[in-house]
Amino acid sequence: MAKRKQIDRRWIFLLIFLGVALPLIIKVGLPVEITKNVQMVYELVENTPKGSTVLISFDYDPASMPELHPMGLSLLRHCFQRDIKVVFTAMWPMGVQMAEDIVTTLKPDFPKKKYGVDYINLGFKAGGMVTIQSIGKDLKKIFPEDMYGSPITEFPIMQDVNNYNNIAFVFSLSAGAPGIKEWVQIVSDKYNRPTSGGCTGVSAPAILPYVNEQKQLTGLLAGLKAAAEYENLVGKIGSATSGMDAQSIAHLIIISFITIGNINYWRKKNKQKKDRKK
Amino acid sequence: MKRKIPLIITFTVGVLLIIAEFIPHKPFGTLSGELEEWFLVISGFAIILGQLSLLKVNTFKIKYKQKDWQYSIITLASFFFMVGFGLLWGTGKSSGIFGHGEVISAVIGIKPFDYLFQNVYQHLQATMFSLLAFFIASAAYRAFIGRNLESNLLLIAAVLVMLGNTTVGGLLTSWLPESLNFLHLPKVSEFIMTYPTTAGQRAIMIGAGLGIIGSSLRIILGIERSYLGGE
Amino acid sequence: MIQFFEAFGIWLGAFFTFAIFSFLYKDNPVYKIAEQVFVGLSAGYWFVYTIFSIIIPNLYNPITQNFSENWIKIIPAILGVMMLMRLIPKTSWISRFPISLVIGTTSGVLFLRYLKSDVINQMTATMINPFIGGSWVEIIGKLMLVIGTLTGVVYFYFSKKHEGAFGSTARIGIYFLMISFGAAFGYTAMARISLLIGRLQFLLGDWLKIIGP
Repeated sequence: MAKRKQIDRRWIFLLIFLGVALPLIIKVGLPVEITKNVQMVYELVENTPKGSTVLISFDYDPASMPELHPMGLSLLRHCFQRDIKVVFTAMWPMGVQMAEDIVTTLKPDFPKKKYGVDYINLGFKAGGMVTIQSIGKDLKKIFPEDMYGSPITEFPIMQDVNNYNNIAFVFSLSAGAPGIKEWVQIVSDKYNRPTSGGCTGVSAPAILPYVNEQKQLTGLLAGLKAAAEYENLVGKIGSATSGMDAQSIAHLIIISFITIGNINYWRKKNKQKKDRKK
Repeated sequence: MKRKIPLIITFTVGVLLIIAEFIPHKPFGTLSGELEEWFLVISGFAIILGQLSLLKVNTFKIKYKQKDWQYSIITLASFFFMVGFGLLWGTGKSSGIFGHGEVISAVIGIKPFDYLFQNVYQHLQATMFSLLAFFIASAAYRAFIGRNLESNLLLIAAVLVMLGNTTVGGLLTSWLPESLNFLHLPKVSEFIMTYPTTAGQRAIMIGAGLGIIGSSLRIILGIERSYLGGE
Repeated sequence: MIQFFEAFGIWLGAFFTFAIFSFLYKDNPVYKIAEQVFVGLSAGYWFVYTIFSIIIPNLYNPITQNFSENWIKIIPAILGVMMLMRLIPKTSWISRFPISLVIGTTSGVLFLRYLKSDVINQMTATMINPFIGGSWVEIIGKLMLVIGTLTGVVYFYFSKKHEGAFGSTARIGIYFLMISFGAAFGYTAMARISLLIGRLQFLLGDWLKIIGP
């Protein structure tokens, strides 16, 4: 009896697959509302003076690309639009390729931006929190060369950048550790420099306590919804916004499953009660 | 000697880094800076150790024909392809032992290392993690049951946050008048995240933080020695 | 030729995507092969990037290009080689020396950083006056923030039995933790669905070209 009631989970899988696939083909395009934390990130970039240098750390790999890549794209677009110079680093080795991919995608929209002048990719370093702390003492000792093996002292963008004091803000695109948490603990709490970030939905609740009145973290982009919000703020719709319909339907399907599961549970419980009374 | 010297090193290094935080001048500041740079290099060797260990395990598996040893051949072949391509012709704009591999790059469009990364590895990893979407849906059906007050709180919070994080959520309550704006689903979700969720997570953070501080002290003082292993 | 390899790359990506998805039906050899390719390529990637990003720029180049200023880097080099001794059972004890340095450094840094960021600063961020400024919704929220954090911390105090007034306070803490876990589930669901969206955007866009970029 109990066995008959159990749905083969492969039907659930199929439903989720269709629930995500169909809205990607048939788009509705409902509006995305901007939340406070995303607005704070946007304003941080807006209020950064032109010509300043910021550091964006790519602390993720392809597993988190759908959530963090659109954030990276929008953030870099926003920085380039505002003539902010960008230094890329990566605490995850695959982050190097992520940064490269974003630059390649944006290149046609910003043909005048020059490597070494407007942006630079310093590549990957291991060591997590200890390395982040070390960058605060002397960035050039930790990154003597860029990711292509050229001494960083050769590049105009790096002439005046020696540690976090020369960086307007640090932004970590983070899928775990080392990532946003470590950057907050070092850059914000040790060196008192503005720190912001984007993280996966999974890690968002654990990072949120840093967004407080002390501004340990200045705003936070959490998950695909925040990525879509940022795309809308910057004015260039991308994969995050176009994925929001699918996200909505999939969430509704999951909520339906929760409801059905609970109805089944309560029906079973009531039946057991009745049987006991008999 | 095999145990005492490592314990002395741990104590000295740990104490030095803590002192350097409060006295960042010479010699503490310089020494801690140097140690942090060493840490980076040793971390690099630790990563290499991990890869060599993987090689060792898989080679043994093939050598002694252990269960599913055939799959280990694929692991090793993939590893050597990636390492070979990377070391021989480099990645991106950086060169390898044989330069940039212009001939092969002209044929396939990019360097072989990057080709494997973009067309195989990237998809494998992304798909591997996307499987969890199916399992979370299945788990929601089977395990998300409101049996008592605690589980009901969990369930309601989950549903409200899920609805608030969609465009549909906004649409469902868009008819609400301005005075009832706080019941607008995206606002409700934001409220849950900003206050009760942050409170719960902050409590966990403080608890875990105290735990980490305690463990660090135990390690530095040599009370916790499990990292040294047996013997 | 380049166009052929571009198209071939997309097909390769689609093949491996389906190879992994095949696990949803049941475990099978194609999935296992894809899984092992993933492990091998991942290890290879880490190896290559460690060599190019750390060993060469932070060790080999400084020593070979300017030995007089960087001779001290021989110490981490020796410690690194000692770390590799772990692979041989007879000499594995040698790796304890570099490990102790790594553990000592990590402990020192973690002690300081967690004390400031996760304990002191979190307590400071909780010491707010909920009644100053903002709407009544914000006041209720801030009250929840203060009460939830305090009662949550009480719940994590296991040295005293959870009974009486202490037990009731801990119970309130559990309620806040439950709301927080529920919200975490909501966000996890969003994250996992996002990954599937990413995969389907590749299959329907890059591969089948049904949807635009």
